[in-house]
Amino acid sequence: MNLRQYMPWIVGAALIALPFVYRDPYHLHILILILIWSFAYTSWAVMGRFGLVSLGHGGFMGVGAYVTVLLWNHLGLSPWLGIPAALLCAGALALVVAYPCFRFRITGHYFALVTLALSGIVLQVITATRNYTGGSLGYTPERTKGNHILALQFDDKVVWYLIALGVWAGGLVIWHWIDRSMSRYAMEAISEDEDAAAAAGVNVTAEKLRITVISALMTALAGALYGQYQMFISPDTVSGIGISLQMVFAAVVGGIYVALGPTVGAIITILLAEALRIGFGTKAVGWDNLVYGVLLVVFIIFLPKGILGSLLASIKTPSKRQNG
Amino acid sequence: MGSFLEIFDIYLLEAVLNGILLGGVLALLALGLNLIFGVIDVTWICYAELVMIGMYGMYYLVQYYGLSYYVAAPIAILLVAALGALLHFLVIAPLLSSPPINQLLATGGVLFVLQSFATVAFGIDFRNLGIRLPILTLGDMHLSYSRLLAFGAALIGMVVVYLFMTRTFTGTAIRAIAQDRQIMALMGVDAKKIYVVTSALGGALAGLAACLLVLQYDVHPFVGLSFGPITFLICVLGGLGNFVGGFVAAFLFAEIISLGGLFSDLEWGYVLAFAFFILMMFIRPAGLLARRS
Repeated sequence: MNLRQYMPWIVGAALIALPFVYRDPYHLHILILILIWSFAYTSWAVMGRFGLVSLGHGGFMGVGAYVTVLLWNHLGLSPWLGIPAALLCAGALALVVAYPCFRFRITGHYFALVTLALSGIVLQVITATRNYTGGSLGYTPERTKGNHILALQFDDKVVWYLIALGVWAGGLVIWHWIDRSMSRYAMEAISEDEDAAAAAGVNVTAEKLRITVISALMTALAGALYGQYQMFISPDTVSGIGISLQMVFAAVVGGIYVALGPTVGAIITILLAEALRIGFGTKAVGWDNLVYGVLLVVFIIFLPKGILGSLLASIKTPSKRQNG
Repeated sequence: MGSFLEIFDIYLLEAVLNGILLGGVLALLALGLNLIFGVIDVTWICYAELVMIGMYGMYYLVQYYGLSYYVAAPIAILLVAALGALLHFLVIAPLLSSPPINQLLATGGVLFVLQSFATVAFGIDFRNLGIRLPILTLGDMHLSYSRLLAFGAALIGMVVVYLFMTRTFTGTAIRAIAQDRQIMALMGVDAKKIYVVTSALGGALAGLAACLLVLQYDVHPFVGLSFGPITFLICVLGGLGNFVGGFVAAFLFAEIISLGGLFSDLEWGYVLAFAFFILMMFIRPAGLLARRS
């Protein structure tokens, strides 16, 4: 084992030790947000890296957050059971939408727009059932009077930091697991040429479905965690087209072809938003998205591999930098 | 005839008519997007945001500079047409050879830019022209003149585009390039020029839609989100790039929204329309009017 193989463990240990050494609540809050969103962006990139551009992930995230909180508030079901139920819903939704898409070869633009309809539906359903979900005004999980662990509600930021860290690391493990599996080669073949992949014996529909469901489940988990941590969800913060696009562009800015790319994207976008908010106060409304938007366009034109992707590519093959 | 009307609920008829009127504007929006897609093979995710900018243009021309509506409208249309050409020049042209997904995402970035530009420049207040057109009362039904005007203007706009596409050299070249983009260069058509013209035309249609929508709706930076997604869905439902399909799909969608809104909340109208869309994608993945292969 050399230093490179030890690196993840050293960094991991440092990240676990961090809140015990340094516990400024504001900075921990930012770190938790970065970790949760990194996990969500990683989930998107799990399928996005294979050219399956989904604009429906806002929908999966909304399902994850709302189903968990609704079960808790109306049925008193602990999030420990509510989150699996929410994941089941999101997975079923992914299957129902994705299976016919893949079966009938809906790809590229069409796939992006069908999934766009999905996130639109989830947003409108949440708004329309306002008697249960609070509509566009948002929704708050009821504070528990009993066991905090059972209700998955913690006042201590350190606990949330460790949970978010664990889930984020889990997301990276899933990424590596896919990266080393046969699925990855199958999916890369599919993204190059579906017919050729099918002719070579790849079950195109099954492979794409597997990746899509994994990605949807992860996204729903991110939504549920976000709801539990923030103790407030609204259609605009966890679902809809805005969130779907936010996921896509953070992942693209960071780089969707490398494991830590979406994390870099989350760090950049969240720190940028916070810096603008602190720097300009209420005058910053709109400026953060303006900067994001320009960044996204510039990145797609000049650095389609994202910041981290381009950086790694230029370290590996400095002479071919202009090709990246 | 009288007894026939009595059988029908008068509200139902009003909803059906309103649906047809809404369908006109949606068809106009879908036409612009279809044109861009059919010719350049790019989806402008930010199409509705161009409409939003056009609506702000109308607002400022009419309210701030005191121009009359009919003077302001052509200026706003030209403004959005120029914006469309600029969008092509700055964002789409460098990406013409990249994967389609990158083009889609880049226009998604433009969506953020336009939305937040409007937030920064115009604020998040709801604004309207202050023009209130009278309401036409027909029997027991109420139809607003602004919707009738929008419907009429949308139809005229579509006929003009149809004539342009079939009767002029540029229009013919646009249609030809949509069929085969390699061979047209050999026929002496400058593809780059045609792309810019098409983008400007698509922008002009967005501008026209803006002039019509600003009569009915307040303008705010996020107004694009309320009809942008629906426009994409209409285009896909009709088959991207298929003009007739988009036209039919626009009216289908408008009726579903209007009738769904009659029986329940407006949101359920949208939910129904979205669900119908997903269902149709499974039955007719290549669009309503596509022949099954």
